[in-house]
Amino acid sequence: MSILVNKDTRLVVQGITGKTGTFHTQQCIDYGTNVVAGVTPGKGGQLWEDKVPVCNTVAEAVEEHGANVSVIYVPPPFAADSILEAIEAEIPLVICITEGVPVRDMAEVRRRLYFHNTKTRLIGPNCPGIITPGECKIGIMPGYIHKPGRVGVVSRSGTLTYEAVWQLTQKGHGQSTCIGIGGDPINGTSQTDAIRMFNEDPDTDAIIMIGEIGGSAEEEACAYIKEHVKKPVAGFIAGASAPKGRTMGHAGAIVSASGVGTAEAKFAAMEDAGVSIARNPSEIADALLKIYKG
Amino acid sequence: MNIHEYQAKRLLHDYGVPVPKGYAAQTSREVETALSHLGTDETIVVKAQIHAGGRGKGTFVDGYEGGVKLCKGRNAALDAATRMLDNTLVTKQTGPEGRKVQTIYFTEACEIAHEYYLAIVLDRETAQSVIIASTEGGMDIEEVADKTPEKIIKVPISPTMGLRHHHCRRVAFELGFSGDQVKQFARILTGLYKMFWEKNAMLVEINPLVTTPEGKILALDAKVSFDDNSIFQHPDIQQLRDLNEEDPKEIEASKHRLAYIALDGNIACMVNGAGLAMATMDIIKSFGGEPANFLDVGGGANEEQVTAAFKIILSDPKVEGILVNIFGGIMKCDVIARGIIAAAKNVDITVPLVVRLEGTNVEEGKKLLRESGVALTPADSLVEAAQIIVKQVQG
Repeated sequence: MSILVNKDTRLVVQGITGKTGTFHTQQCIDYGTNVVAGVTPGKGGQLWEDKVPVCNTVAEAVEEHGANVSVIYVPPPFAADSILEAIEAEIPLVICITEGVPVRDMAEVRRRLYFHNTKTRLIGPNCPGIITPGECKIGIMPGYIHKPGRVGVVSRSGTLTYEAVWQLTQKGHGQSTCIGIGGDPINGTSQTDAIRMFNEDPDTDAIIMIGEIGGSAEEEACAYIKEHVKKPVAGFIAGASAPKGRTMGHAGAIVSASGVGTAEAKFAAMEDAGVSIARNPSEIADALLKIYKG
Repeated sequence: MNIHEYQAKRLLHDYGVPVPKGYAAQTSREVETALSHLGTDETIVVKAQIHAGGRGKGTFVDGYEGGVKLCKGRNAALDAATRMLDNTLVTKQTGPEGRKVQTIYFTEACEIAHEYYLAIVLDRETAQSVIIASTEGGMDIEEVADKTPEKIIKVPISPTMGLRHHHCRRVAFELGFSGDQVKQFARILTGLYKMFWEKNAMLVEINPLVTTPEGKILALDAKVSFDDNSIFQHPDIQQLRDLNEEDPKEIEASKHRLAYIALDGNIACMVNGAGLAMATMDIIKSFGGEPANFLDVGGGANEEQVTAAFKIILSDPKVEGILVNIFGGIMKCDVIARGIIAAAKNVDITVPLVVRLEGTNVEEGKKLLRESGVALTPADSLVEAAQIIVKQVQG
């Protein structure tokens, strides 16, 4: 009942011995995620917390421990290199949690992802991660607000996703998978990518898309929805009240001086694509339940 | 991060882009020195330095017109600079409150045959740098793009391949250059791209790039903004930061690793996460209130940061109410609760305070607040919290 990650996921944690890596790895293990290895260059051969083998390279984690998904908690100056290392180790899915990665580094990573022989999908950076409730949690979201079910959730924001998920769970609707694609201007997986995957997933019946001001990711997703998606979709855009020309916390959340990336434009695109719109962040689940009975 | 025109032009000069000779001054004594260095009694351009566009058409709060002046000779330049320095300039980009001018830039004037536009931006959708050029320089480029899109030249540059000679030639020919000007333009574009790339810029813009009657090409204005995530790699660029251009509350917030942006309303917000913070502003507005700020305390804030956040919020005299909205994930609700209690002890919270907590350790957080005796109104949902604070503020 999911996309990208499930109970068969074998996770390697890049940056496992750092403070953030250690804390969240423990949380994910407690949730039931199968963490098969960690990577901290120079600490290869050690055991993390007496239970997870640490490798010097991602390639080693793949060859020796069969890792098939990687999560990255390394500091911003080294994050892009860690992503590239995972791509070259041909890990199918890489999730970069790190916030503050230089934009130019991400431009180079994105070009690498376009290579014809790339086998990797990247989620993030600057994202909460991905969770398939009841099976596998990768990232920093609180596990208990989720519930297994059939609604797919994709979002550029972390805590706003929790808000939407919590609304769903409280109303008795579980989630197939929840993906945070991150708040940076250049990222690995777009709203459209996630919606395509949910659309093709037989275990997802309905979709929630949460966007923010800035860029045109939601407009592109709406064009895709209009053309291809028959499943019910609900959406919300944060930042209708934000002033022009100011970056609102997320590097990607900015309405340019010329007015590109406004909430109004994105709501209009959703309307055109037949997406059920929540005008208010507390009504995200309700907007979906208007058109989806579950 | 943005820098001033005079700083941008120094950088351009370092990368081999011709700019008119110029000197900056921040005091009346420096004004004298700058004019002596410039050493001309011909036409001098006097330019107010603020981080906002539209300076030429701007007006100072005392009625003096224009933040960019062509002055006939040294004395006229001295007069203009004296009027501008420490005066407040209002342009279409500054908002009605305007910006205080603390630096004046003097440059030699040059005769102009034609004005062009040249910029490099990092395009988020394609993850490439894009050269943007136009024969319609010296104007608002967004307006040109809107009305005459055929006059905008766009050439994408792959970050892995970089700028090549053929790119330079193509843009030069499309702008109508020939002969030696093609070579001059190629040198300028090459320098501009090198600077863009090496300094992790998000935007470098020359508007206008001009040709003189003698056929020389040079940059008459310049704007550069840098990627904040990369600033740590560039100590030289960090030094160009002008704190005078930033809201003191925003500077204080950045010291405590808080993302804060001052707005015009009277309801302050404290939220964890950028998306939820924006959504909280939106919901306040949807109930008829006006947010006083954007404030993201981040994923791992501690008591000290929460206290600092309260101090920053309350230093804004417009604030008449505070809404705290926390969805604890990594951020635990009891930590926020302790921060609120500590802040209430240190700071005199004289305005209504509504707190909505949800998520990790929510019960503990609510219990701490209940038992603390701090005057606040608890709310169970975002809607309820927003309705209460708007009502309390509007009375």
